[in-house]
Amino acid sequence: MARTQQREARLGPNKTGIATSPVQIEKMLAGIDKLATPSSEGNERAIAQMRSQHIESAEPVGSVPPPTSMKGLAKSGAKMMLGERPQLLLDKLGERLAVERTATRLYDALIAKFRTQPESAISDGDLVRIRNEEAKHFALVAGCIEKLGGDPTAQTPCADVAGVEALGLIQVITDPKTTIAQSLHAILIAELTDNAAWEDLIALAEKMGETDLVPEFEHALEHEAEHLKLVRGWLRTLMEQESDVLKAGSKQ
Amino acid sequence: MAFALLREKGATLDKQKFTWRELVQPPISKLDDDAFTRVRIILMNGIEEEAKRFSHTFARMCPDPALQRTLAEVRRKEVHQQVMVNWLLGADHSTLEQTIGYEQVAIEVTAAVAQKEPDPYLAQVYRYGLLEDFDHMYRYSALMDRLEGKDANNILQSYTDILPGRPTIDEHRAPEHDLRRPYEKMKAHPLTKLHALTIMAGEQQTHNFYMNVGPTYADPVARSLYAEIAHIEEQHVTQYESIIDPAETWMEKWLMHEACEVYNYYSCVQAETNPRIKAIWERFLDYELGHLQIAARLFQEHERRDPAELLPETLPDPIEYKSQRDFVRGVLEKEVDLRANGADFVHKKDEPQSSLDYRKQLNSAGSPSQTASAGYQWAPGTELKLKVVNL
Repeated sequence: MARTQQREARLGPNKTGIATSPVQIEKMLAGIDKLATPSSEGNERAIAQMRSQHIESAEPVGSVPPPTSMKGLAKSGAKMMLGERPQLLLDKLGERLAVERTATRLYDALIAKFRTQPESAISDGDLVRIRNEEAKHFALVAGCIEKLGGDPTAQTPCADVAGVEALGLIQVITDPKTTIAQSLHAILIAELTDNAAWEDLIALAEKMGETDLVPEFEHALEHEAEHLKLVRGWLRTLMEQESDVLKAGSKQ
Repeated sequence: MAFALLREKGATLDKQKFTWRELVQPPISKLDDDAFTRVRIILMNGIEEEAKRFSHTFARMCPDPALQRTLAEVRRKEVHQQVMVNWLLGADHSTLEQTIGYEQVAIEVTAAVAQKEPDPYLAQVYRYGLLEDFDHMYRYSALMDRLEGKDANNILQSYTDILPGRPTIDEHRAPEHDLRRPYEKMKAHPLTKLHALTIMAGEQQTHNFYMNVGPTYADPVARSLYAEIAHIEEQHVTQYESIIDPAETWMEKWLMHEACEVYNYYSCVQAETNPRIKAIWERFLDYELGHLQIAARLFQEHERRDPAELLPETLPDPIEYKSQRDFVRGVLEKEVDLRANGADFVHKKDEPQSSLDYRKQLNSAGSPSQTASAGYQWAPGTELKLKVVNL
C-alpha cells in the first residue's frame, strides 16, 4: 500500500502545457500570423512523397540464412520447389525466438521492480512462472528451427524488426521512474502481440505442412493466453486500487 | 556580489572523487523541471566536451611529459563531470525532444550572449548564427510534429518561438564565407573570450550530437534533415572557432578554457531552480576553480606571465537564463536577409556567387528542410489542432 501511496498519479508542477505558462504563451502567440509564413508551400504530402521515393529504392532488411543441415536443406529444397517458401516459416520462427527471448528479459526487469516495490495484487510466483515460460518458449522455438535445419543463433529479418519494436518496451520497463502499472502496460503490448503471433504461427505451420510442430505451439499459445489474462487483471486491479486511494485522499 | 576569480582556490584534485553511483544520478523530470534546467544541462555537457577535446589536442602537441601528465589528471575530472551532467537527461526524451532542447540552448544562450558581447562585430556574428539555429528549431519542430505526433512546445515550455528564421535551405555557404575575423587577444575584453568559447562549445556538441543520432532514424525524412542541419552546425563550428585569436598560446587557451568553465558553472549556480541540480553546479564550480588554479600556476611557470593579464579580477555578470523572445524577434525582423561575404555580412542580393553555386548544387535533388516543414505552421498542441484532414 505504501507503494501505491507514493506512486499514484499526482497533481504537480507539470510545465509542458501552455496553461502553466500564461504570460509566455501570450507573448509566443502575439503576432504569430505575420511571422509564421512557411518558407515552403504544401503540407505533409511532401513528406509522404519523399518517403515514397525512398521506399521504392530501399533494400530489404536482410535475408533468411539457408538451412544448415542436409536433412533440412533437402526438405527446404523440396518445399521451395512446391512453392511453399519454407524460409517464411524460418523467418517467423526466428521472430518468435527473438521475441520470447526478449520477453524473458522484460519479465526479469519487471520482477526486479516488483520485488523493490511489491504490489499486493500481483503474485511473485506468477511473475516468475511467466518469465520461465517465456524462456521455455524460446527453447521450444530454437528446437523447432534446428529440426527444420535452420540456425537458431541467426537473426532473421522478422526477428530484427521485432527487436526494433521491442525497444520502447525495454525503455519503459527498465526505467527506474516508471511504476509497476506503467511497466505492466508495456508488458500488455508484448502479451497482446504474443497471442496474435502464436495463433498466426500455428496457422502458418499447418499451411506449410509442419503439423508435428502444432501441438507444442498450441500449448505455448495456452500459456500466452493465461499471461494476457493475468496482466490485464493486474492492471485493472492496480487502477481500481489507485482510484480508491485517490478517493480516500480526497475525502480526508 | 563580485566573484574574485583567482582568489577562490576551489577543490584540489585529490578532493575531486567520484563513484559510478554518483556519476549516474536520477535524471531530471522532462515534465516537471523548468526548461532552462535542461538548457543548462545540455550546454554544460558541451562545455565539458570542449574541455576534454581541447585537453586532448593540447596533449598531442605537448612535448613536456610533466605537463602532459597534469593535463591527463585534470582531464579525468572533466570527463567525470561531463558524465554526471549529461546523464541528467532522462531517457523519456526522444531524440527529437533532445534535439529541441539543443536548439533551445543555441537560441536562448546565443541571444543572451549577443546582448552582452562588448565587441560589436562579434555581437553581429552571434546574431547571424542565432537566426540560423532559430530556423532549425522550426524545421525540427515540424519534423517532430509530423513524425512523432508531438508538440515541441512541451519541451520549450513557451519560452522560445517556433517560427521560420533564415531558411535552412539558404544557410549552405561556400566554406570561405564561414570564416570570421578573430578577436585580438591583447585587446579583447575577457568576456569576449568567455563568450566565444561558450558558444563554440555549444555548437560543436550540437554538431556531434546530430552526426551521432541522425543515422539512428528509420525515416528517410528525419535522416535527411539531421544530415542537412548537422551540416550547418559544422559551418557554425567553423564560424565560432574562427573568432578565437589563433595567436593565443596553448597555455593561454587552457587558462581561458578553465575560466570559461568557471564562468559557466557560476552562471548555472545563479540561475538554477532545481536544488539537487544546483548542488551539482556548486560542486563543479568548486572543482573548476581548482582546475583554474592549476592552469594559472602552470601558465606562470611556462610563460613567466601573470594570469591576471588575461583573466578579469572578478567574473562578469552571469549568463542570463530567460526567454530572449523580444530580442530574437527584433533580430529576425532586421537581419533575416543578411548573408555572409567572407568575414562580413551583406544583404542577400549581394551574396557571393560561390555560395549561390555551392547551395544550388547541394539542394539540386531536393531540400530536406523544405520538405519536412512544407507549409508548416506551429500551433499549441501541434498542427493537427489547426487542420485534421490533409492527405
